[in-house]
Amino acid sequence: MVTPNSEIEVDREKGNFRFSEHHKYDAGVGLSEKVIDYICDVKEEDQWIRDFRKRALKVFESKPMPTNWATKDLENIDFDKIRYYLSGGNRASKSWDDVPDDVKETFERLGIPENERKFLAGVEAQFDSEAAYSNIKESVGKQGVIFMGSTEALMKHPEIFKKWFGKVIPTGDNKFSALNSAVFSGGSFIYVPKGVKVSHPLQAYFRINAENFGQFERTLIIADEGSEVTYMEGCTAPKFDTATLHSAVVELVALPGAKIEYVTVQNWSSNVFNLVTKRAIAHEGATVKWIDCNIGSRLTMKYPGVVLKGKGARGEVLSIALANDGQHQDTGAKMIHAADETSSNIISKSISVGKGRSTYRGQVHMPKNLKGCKNNTECDALLINENSRTDTYPAITVRGNRNAVQHEASVSKVSAEQIFYMQQRGLSEAAAMSLSVNGFVNDLTRQFPMEYSVELKRLIELEMEGSVG
Amino acid sequence: MSNTLEIKNLNVSIGDKQILKDFSLTVPKGEVHAIMGPNGTGKSTLAKAMAGHPEYEVTSGEVIIDGENIMEMEADERSRAGLFLAFQYPMEIPGVTIANFIRAALNARLPDDEELNAPDYYKELYAKMDLLKIDRKFTARAVNDGFSGGEKKRCEILQMAMLNPKYAVLDETDSGLDIDALKVVAEGVNSMRGPNLGALVITHYQRLLDYIVPDVVHVMYDGRIVKSGDKNLALELESKGYEWVKELAGEAAAS
Repeated sequence: MVTPNSEIEVDREKGNFRFSEHHKYDAGVGLSEKVIDYICDVKEEDQWIRDFRKRALKVFESKPMPTNWATKDLENIDFDKIRYYLSGGNRASKSWDDVPDDVKETFERLGIPENERKFLAGVEAQFDSEAAYSNIKESVGKQGVIFMGSTEALMKHPEIFKKWFGKVIPTGDNKFSALNSAVFSGGSFIYVPKGVKVSHPLQAYFRINAENFGQFERTLIIADEGSEVTYMEGCTAPKFDTATLHSAVVELVALPGAKIEYVTVQNWSSNVFNLVTKRAIAHEGATVKWIDCNIGSRLTMKYPGVVLKGKGARGEVLSIALANDGQHQDTGAKMIHAADETSSNIISKSISVGKGRSTYRGQVHMPKNLKGCKNNTECDALLINENSRTDTYPAITVRGNRNAVQHEASVSKVSAEQIFYMQQRGLSEAAAMSLSVNGFVNDLTRQFPMEYSVELKRLIELEMEGSVG
Repeated sequence: MSNTLEIKNLNVSIGDKQILKDFSLTVPKGEVHAIMGPNGTGKSTLAKAMAGHPEYEVTSGEVIIDGENIMEMEADERSRAGLFLAFQYPMEIPGVTIANFIRAALNARLPDDEELNAPDYYKELYAKMDLLKIDRKFTARAVNDGFSGGEKKRCEILQMAMLNPKYAVLDETDSGLDIDALKVVAEGVNSMRGPNLGALVITHYQRLLDYIVPDVVHVMYDGRIVKSGDKNLALELESKGYEWVKELAGEAAAS
């Protein structure tokens, strides 16, 4: 354990610290109906949620692991050894002063309260299964914007919650969405009223502190007609010898003319299985943009999608994945065109370092009856070492002749000559590599919110430093 | 000796083939030396071996900068010790702008807790770009990415001007340049001449030396220097041709 006020090291190890556990609520080890009852009791949930969860458990149990197309590493998850619910309490504080000291210090070390003061419209900070802190700037709250943990939202705004919950991503979408539906806890709930443009980003921060634990947050964002919101999420966990599971479900609804931008910088420690389902529905004239950066974790499987349901809707996925030794970033995007004149854009950049492996999986679907739809897909992979690996699996289904699709893919390598050239100018080998990697992702990161591109650049530098002996 | 670049009995191989053979040369600070010689004689090998290219195996010998042997150093340490190499074929670094690249190189020379002052940096960068007749828009272009031959060479000289090396090796900087570009590059190099810089200009043709007038000219053949003299040696070599060099080499070997 770390004493308060100790010097904080800013590096890859930034998230690698933990406090001893003292959970008020602990559902024990393993998954069963009893665990679900425990969670429902603690959260004082309505019967419909209890039923929903129990149905989801059955779906989860009935679905096989998707190892027919995905990595066999999934078989190393032992669901009987995971703890599914741990919390210090089920109510988030509105003031950092009321947050328990060790939890508060955790988030201070991660810079969350500071960022909140500097540039955020609201913050939610989740510690293991529940939000420890949740607050929104008064001015934003007055506009009618709701931003709180999903546990609290289920109690306070059941009518909005129930209307959209599970509608974008049904329980049975995949094995892990079913698991999340059974044991979900925490995550954000956002409702932005008609025409309201939230000027600053709302941020959620997910922290895993406990060992042998699974975090299953559930996020639901509804942007009403003509509204705009940017949501950013970050995450870290200490590094344990045992596997940690993070399996979230994120549902976005952009009503006509609304704009949602969802930014993720995933920096889980290298023992975390990060298996996340993210999808949005974009109604007429709405825009949804996913910015998805995966730096950490042991295995990430995540394919943010947009269902382009209304005429003129636009979906975008900009993603960066960095796979270092022992990591597999299996990421991509899904664009389901379901109305005329919808457009989508996918730009994916992956970097494989050492024995790291990155995989791109994309799905673009345009049925025959539509017209005026467009998709642009670009996947670029950068290999740093001889034994790095990258795979691309694009699946583009375009029917009819009234739609346009273009797809470009490239694989490049950082050559020894490039590194020598940069070293000759005085840059260390690690600095030279991180500069090339940053150069590779530069045209993408320029489109990111400033604070996040700075953070990302720093994380890439730290990864590259660690990768050079 | 301080204030000199000394190359002492340098032996360099690539694979099984020995390229440099007991190569020795001293360049005092404040002087410009030219190395001329036919293709395949080891000129570029000399440049790369000095800079610490990993594919060139230095079997023996020393390169000493102001009294400090740099041969045990990594390439980046040699650079920070004051050695600059203007590449014959500069590498492209996609996505990294010239401004960011040079800034990173300068930051690498500062202590960990210090950062370059951005306004001062840009002021200096723009002044040196003006001198080299490089459009200021270039700062936002990726290093050498899509550059013409002339642009690449000017970019090399710009980096040299910004990094202020103690000693610079210019490897065939004239190759691929038309006469106008050559003049601009030469002007840039000449503007840096002075008591704080020693330069080694490697060239195949005498033409460059009309614009960068050397203090000493060395003729190289088969991995060693076979004759040294003043600037007139370059003209003599130009008129007599490289066949003459072979004769000189024969004499040198016999003596």
